[in-house]
Amino acid sequence: MIVLWTDALIFMLLIALALMIGYLRNKAQMLRPLRKIGQNKAGLAALTVLLFFVLIGLLDSVHFKSPDHQTREIISLLDYWATPIRESGEKTYSAPFAAHLYSKEFMIAPDGSRHWGTPRLKHGGAHLTNPVQQKFADIMTRTAQGLAKGAALYLFFGVLFRLWRRGRHKALFPGPASKTVAWVLFVIVTLTFAVIELSAHYHVLGTDMVGEDVLYQAVKSIRTGLVIGTLTTLIMLPLAIVFGILAGFFGGWIDDVIQYSYTTLNSIPGVLLIAASILMVQVYMANHPEAFTSVVVRADMRLLFLCIILGMTSWTGLCRLLRAETLKLREMEYVLAAQTLGVRQSRILFRHILPNVMHIVIISVVLDFSSLVLAEAVLSYINIGVDPATYSWGNMINGARLEMAREPVVWWSLTAAFLFMLTLVLAANIVADAVRDAFDPRFMDNA
Amino acid sequence: MIHYILRRFLYALPLLLGVNILTFMLFFVLNSPDDMARMQLGQKHVTEQAVDNWKHQRGYDLPLLWNAKATATGKITRTIFYRKSVGLFWFDFGISDSGRNIGSDIRQRMWPSLAVALPTLILGLLANICAALLMVLFRNSYLEVGGVVLCVILMSISSLFYIIGGQFLIGKELRLVPISGYDTGLDAIKFIVLPVAIGVLSGIGSGARWYRTLFLEEVEKDYVRTARAKGLTEVQVLFRHVLKNAMIPILTGVVVVLPLLFMGSLIMESFFSIPGLGSYTIDAIGSQDFAIVRAMVFLGSVLYIAGLLLTDISYTLVDPRVRLS
Repeated sequence: MIVLWTDALIFMLLIALALMIGYLRNKAQMLRPLRKIGQNKAGLAALTVLLFFVLIGLLDSVHFKSPDHQTREIISLLDYWATPIRESGEKTYSAPFAAHLYSKEFMIAPDGSRHWGTPRLKHGGAHLTNPVQQKFADIMTRTAQGLAKGAALYLFFGVLFRLWRRGRHKALFPGPASKTVAWVLFVIVTLTFAVIELSAHYHVLGTDMVGEDVLYQAVKSIRTGLVIGTLTTLIMLPLAIVFGILAGFFGGWIDDVIQYSYTTLNSIPGVLLIAASILMVQVYMANHPEAFTSVVVRADMRLLFLCIILGMTSWTGLCRLLRAETLKLREMEYVLAAQTLGVRQSRILFRHILPNVMHIVIISVVLDFSSLVLAEAVLSYINIGVDPATYSWGNMINGARLEMAREPVVWWSLTAAFLFMLTLVLAANIVADAVRDAFDPRFMDNA
Repeated sequence: MIHYILRRFLYALPLLLGVNILTFMLFFVLNSPDDMARMQLGQKHVTEQAVDNWKHQRGYDLPLLWNAKATATGKITRTIFYRKSVGLFWFDFGISDSGRNIGSDIRQRMWPSLAVALPTLILGLLANICAALLMVLFRNSYLEVGGVVLCVILMSISSLFYIIGGQFLIGKELRLVPISGYDTGLDAIKFIVLPVAIGVLSGIGSGARWYRTLFLEEVEKDYVRTARAKGLTEVQVLFRHVLKNAMIPILTGVVVVLPLLFMGSLIMESFFSIPGLGSYTIDAIGSQDFAIVRAMVFLGSVLYIAGLLLTDISYTLVDPRVRLS
């Protein structure tokens, strides 16, 4: 097993999350908002979709050397399972579910004559003898098989879960919401199975210019999007929390220095600062080729640098919010009482201030997530995003942009990237709304 | 008033100094000019001579901060910091790495940027306010729920999609306007229409949603109830009272970006090949022209700080409750 830098950070994030859940598990101030999220049907449905994406991202974060002794390239668990579609490249463009190439070319018939036509694909629909007549029926049967398999599996585990849960304490999520989650899960599982079943014999979303499966690219991009959305937060949070609380709590020259530094950083337009930093990272990487041996490591480092840069440029907003909130909390009776009683300042910070600004942190983390995923696409488009070798929706869009000007239009790369991105961002936005409604004290009274 | 403005202005100076030092660190301390030269000339087979030539032509062959070899004031003036960074304060942007005068490029390119960005801002503001007011007018109905859902969907779509989709549909399939390009004078309008429309559409989701919360906060207040009790219709209440009071946060949010309009939008300009400052920056990033990127970073910060200044002033003009202190 090989642990890349971003993998390590992702697992660290998971551990931190688990510790935080353990710490906050029985705290009343956390349970109440969680219950509220539990009653929010749309929020829970979106959360389920989001968790599905996270699962794929995690599978894609377990890297090891390929068992294939010839190449020994670094692949992930997801790559390993997706080996059929990873290695079933075609020559060039082919439409979704196609059995022939998209563009015509000269073909050599068995008898040696040359004629103009679209050759059969090596992989897509290769099992059919007469694709024109058989294809539709074949796709339908395979879809039905996949759906049935998924449904059977789902029902099996559903029954097991029911049996296991019977007699235990009541679920955290009461009636109607858990029904919604069950339905969303059902749709996800059956659809996934249908797609897996189909992609064994077809390119479900077509192939791109070099003949690579578009579905594979889109699924691989999930990890990139998630990494940008979460690791940036991991880098930004300590800065924002420490500086924000210190500035608000101590005031005086500490406050002045911190305020000055975030106003300065904030006054540089974000994109330009990111562009300048990425340019510098590029120079550094170009001058130190020995540190980046393989393509995967190099792309991974660039992704990490991008997260660090995004984190360094985006902590200012949250820092300002936290500073203002701490200023308010500092004058609260319970903090004053603690001070009079002689409680140490570090203890006041950890026991009284930090837990009471947590709702701002949580809200801003989930709100930032979707905008970061969207920002990745834009940054990759101007070539200051992830490495061109990394799979990402931004790179897919960038590559597919010129295809729209082709005749006939190659629409599937673009559509696939947008559909995946839309699903993730929409789910994240809905979850963010639910979290904000639950944690923001301004929405308390209508609870 | 003048006293106040002057003091705010003085507050801005240390910020600018900070930005200047930060960009200097980023561009010259993190990587030496040698690294940049090698990057520009290609990594392998670069002779020492070529690197020295490149640095000499662009004035990067001086010490960073202190020139011990020079005499008198030359110790400070004959350094990279003085030559490349101090000049930015009086908008002397110097020569780009490819030998063009950055200052005159900027003066020439800011107008197309403004021609696209200003209509986008104004029309976007109108569209957002109208959409938000409609949602508030029909609050607690299915119309509002639908509006909010639509807003969330609209804001979840990448801005790249609006641009590519718009270019494909309007430009390529319907052939209503040219796909990209720019022209001088009034001929420019047909090139501007599409970017402006797309800009408005891509901003309406988050904008309308935010304004809606602003309006809703205002609608609950006592003076609005009084206005209703007086017998004003809901439309009158919204336009006379709610809109006026909610305009304060909206206006200040708009004023802060006003100076930045000169910078244009990076992706919009590069997709529509509008010769503005946004595409200038993108080209500079693409060709790794460090001098231009440095100049644009500083210019952007100056404009943002100017925006903050304008915001403070506009606050005092719009909201009579705010006193100068």
